Amino acid sequence: MMHRRNTAGERVTINIDGKNVEAVVGESVAAAVLAAGAGATRTTPVSGAPRAPYCMMGVCFECLMDIDGIPNRQACMVSVTPGMKIKRQAGARTVGGAS
Amino acid sequence: MSEQACDVVVIGAGPAGMRAAVTAANEGLSVTLIDEQTEAGGQIYRAVARVARTRPADLTLLGPEYAAGGDIVLELDAADITVLHGHTVWQISQDGTVWCSDGTKAKSITARFVIMASGAQERPVPVPGWTLPGVMTAGAAQILLKSAAMVPDGPVALYGSGPLLLLVADQLLSAGADIRVVAETTTFKDYLNAAPHLLGALPASKYLKKGIALRRHLKAAGVPIIKAPNGVSIEGTERATGLRIIGKHGQTFEAETILLQQGVVPNTQASWQLRLDHAWHAAQHYWYPTTDRFGATSLANVFIAGDGAGIFGAEAAAAAGALAGLGVAHAAGNISAAARDQKALPFIALHKKAAAIRPLLDHLFPPPAHILVPDDATIICRCEEITAGQVRDAAKLGAPGPNQLKAFLRAGMGPCQGRMCGLSVVEIMARAHGKSPAEIGAYRIRPPLKPLSLAELAAMDDDTPTP
Ligand SMILES: Cc1cc2nc3c(=O)[nH]c(=O)nc-3n(C[C@H](O)[C@@H](O)[C@H](O)COP(=O)(O)OP(=O)(O)OC[C@H]3O[C@@H](n4cnc5c(N)ncnc54)[C@H](O)[C@@H]3O)c2cc1C
Ligand code: FES
Repeated sequence: MMHRRNTAGERVTINIDGKNVEAVVGESVAAAVLAAGAGATRTTPVSGAPRAPYCMMGVCFECLMDIDGIPNRQACMVSVTPGMKIKRQAGARTVGGAS
Repeated sequence: MSEQACDVVVIGAGPAGMRAAVTAANEGLSVTLIDEQTEAGGQIYRAVARVARTRPADLTLLGPEYAAGGDIVLELDAADITVLHGHTVWQISQDGTVWCSDGTKAKSITARFVIMASGAQERPVPVPGWTLPGVMTAGAAQILLKSAAMVPDGPVALYGSGPLLLLVADQLLSAGADIRVVAETTTFKDYLNAAPHLLGALPASKYLKKGIALRRHLKAAGVPIIKAPNGVSIEGTERATGLRIIGKHGQTFEAETILLQQGVVPNTQASWQLRLDHAWHAAQHYWYPTTDRFGATSLANVFIAGDGAGIFGAEAAAAAGALAGLGVAHAAGNISAAARDQKALPFIALHKKAAAIRPLLDHLFPPPAHILVPDDATIICRCEEITAGQVRDAAKLGAPGPNQLKAFLRAGMGPCQGRMCGLSVVEIMARAHGKSPAEIGAYRIRPPLKPLSLAELAAMDDDTPTP
């Protein structure tokens, strides 16, 4: 879906759905997922439709992923860190626990 | 960590917030600047310091307007300001307490004054197929380019109108993207409506020249710029495969990445949550909190600067930030009204000059009717997959406004809390009831502004007041 035209910067290895991939420090998790060709970041709770990042700035919530064991994080707002474990989410409706 | 206190909390480290924070600090106030991004810069100058450090050649690619942001970031670094990057503000109370979280732990800061500089978001562009993977906003592609040097694979199509549409097309083209088409919704009628504002825009004619140069550059590179006044639909089942232009001669352009842009609108979640006074921008169809020239709002301790108070662009945002910093310095008793007004003069002039282009742009690039009130089958609430038709039906069944709609549908109740469907719902309901958007009103926004996990709240210290 996306490719890096320049990989200057420090590299880190992250894990997306069990697969190790390289990413560059400063990138968001959502960017790294798009570059890994992983396609959709989640499926919707209503119809199960695949969704991918839409805004990349924290507005649309299409990028909700499980990051290091915490579900429903906005992958576009979290930077990659070494060894980070990222999982695609299927159809979670509620976010957080507080209201 | 315990509860913290300072004179001013500034929310947002874009041009407005950075300049506001530096100005307030220079006037002797203790300032905490909070931004949910991990780096300073806001939307326009996103990642500018890191780009300058790690891939300086990209500064040329992204253009002088982008590179200019480096100076404001340096000013910020040099000032005596507490900066909290990677912290999302999720509640602001009227007494000036600001709650934020870094994703693992929440905390609160109590301030005598709050300057909100949380900027704009791109207007959501509900067209058939816009929820498919492969479809994103033009700004999203630009964010990937700025912050991660990423370029879309395969053919790219852009649709919409306005300065950001052409800018992103041009930046991506220079970055090596395979751009197949730019489909614009601007009509001859828009040009007629904009014409009376041409003279007033002359002080800011550099923006006009820039627009013309972008268009010329794209055309010279062989990118077709075509008209799509009736809108588009996106083809594909599991992901986007093409952009279809609606109309008699409608063609379909193959595309794996489709980028949508219909202008930007103020980010009003926090200003609504604070119940500030808002007004409706008739030409650009958005809400904005009303402010005076120093950014003062209907609450004495809350100021707003930058595109969050109405879209005037980055240069005006920086000037507005300085004005808000001066406004707060006066309100805090650090400078006299006369000193404030004297220091404000150059920034008022800068703001006026930069803002001179806006009436022209606002009328030349209005969001088209097919985006404001989409066809029945088009999804407007992405979170809950609710269509424009369902909102119309609810209006017919008696829902008078956005808040009552929630008794019929879950629109606005998903994770984005109405950021994506809010403006569409107002527009569709206004049309259905034959009323103006101002009469229809907006979603009532309640904290938290962004969903919080229980773990984040639990990690909050005992001596922090509960929201
Ligand atoms: C995606 C996008 C791309 C753009 N690109 C350009 C461009 O290339 N050229 C141009 O001239 N204009 C661009 N604009 C227009 C933009 O609005 C600029 O005019 C300028 O960035 C506005 O400056 P600002 O300081 O008002 O807000 P911004 O630069 O938007 O800064 C606001 C800051 O507030 C932060 N924030 C928001 N809410 C919260 C919260 N709850 N908690 C913590 N922090 C928060 C954001 O992370 C952001 O850093 C773009 C707009 C968008 C939305
Ligand atoms: S992509 Fe929109 S919130 Fe992350």
